[in-house]
Amino acid sequence: MCGATEGGLSLDGVNVAKEAVIQGQVLRGSEPVPNAYVRLLDRTGEFTAEVPTSATGHFRFFAGDGEWTLRTLAPQADPVDTRVVAATGSVAEVQVLVAG
Amino acid sequence: MSRENSLVTAQWVEDNLDTDGIVLIEVDEDTTAYDKGHIKGAIKLDWTTDLQDQVRRDFVNKAQFEALLSERGVSNDDTVVLYGGNNNWFAAYAYWYFKLYGHQDVKLLDGGRKKWELDSRELTAELPTRAKTSYTATEQDASIRAFRDEVVAAIGTQNLVDVRSPDEYAGRLLAPAHLPQEQAQRAGHIPTAASVPWSKAANDDGTFKSDDELKDIYTEAGVDWTKDTIAYCRIGERSSHTWFVLKELLGQDNVKNYDGSWTEYGSLVGVPVALGDERGSADEGGN
Repeated sequence: MCGATEGGLSLDGVNVAKEAVIQGQVLRGSEPVPNAYVRLLDRTGEFTAEVPTSATGHFRFFAGDGEWTLRTLAPQADPVDTRVVAATGSVAEVQVLVAG
Repeated sequence: MSRENSLVTAQWVEDNLDTDGIVLIEVDEDTTAYDKGHIKGAIKLDWTTDLQDQVRRDFVNKAQFEALLSERGVSNDDTVVLYGGNNNWFAAYAYWYFKLYGHQDVKLLDGGRKKWELDSRELTAELPTRAKTSYTATEQDASIRAFRDEVVAAIGTQNLVDVRSPDEYAGRLLAPAHLPQEQAQRAGHIPTAASVPWSKAANDDGTFKSDDELKDIYTEAGVDWTKDTIAYCRIGERSSHTWFVLKELLGQDNVKNYDGSWTEYGSLVGVPVALGDERGSADEGGN
């Protein structure tokens, strides 16, 4: 889960050593979903942040150390929850598949 | 106010895209979102440059607000429909701001930009042109804006509603992860404040919960409906969302937004501060 995978979102300009990055891509089948919303929920399920996906379906959060849940909302799809662990100095790469 | 007067659905907005006298305004935390695509005909307000004094920590004054809306082509008798990203945080902030300066007919698009996009409704990059107007604002409505002294006076006597996340309330965090880290000198919350994170009032798609659900949420958190209420967060935008719920959706009298919020209160010298998940008492700390 750690380390930017090939083809992932560029980390140019991000000081990874000081950040607990969670990033990834939302896909429907093999197609990127550009108009999805990804919510970052803390260990208690409380909302922390939310970002829309980019034109290529990518998203990124600067989280904190610990366990998080990503809740992904996309048009014509049920929400998808994905558990992820973030740690300062690493990049948690996540691929979210939505139905439909 | 009521839900019918202050909130419109995405379908209502789509049905009224070409209706004269309705002005759509997008206000986002991410001030570049509009430029990538917006609802047809919508104009943009930038909360950092258009709505804030660029020297003092305060809002633009009445004359500046009048100049802004005149230049953007908004008339006093227009129906202003606000929407934005991040669950309408900054759109709700702008809504409260329009009310502060006396605009009569303001509405919020339920669910904001997110609901619009999740419905797969159309966005455009085309910029609208609007003829300049001669907008007249009123003096600020002091009945909906709280300042620090009345916040301190409200401890133990009025409802204080802290709408930040539980970790910010307890003092475990000064600012939520991912967001800009404007910070106070001290962490914690205003003693006796109830913790009701703004997110409790919204569904995942950004629309507001039903009036009955909302009443239950605040009642369970200890809000006394017979008392006046002040809502606060960190910089006053999430608490605008809660102000909208209490004042506009639930029709409570005497609800104020404390826009100084924790970045001001948590830096004040000598005021009481409570730590932990409990509300704390009125005689806690302080001088």
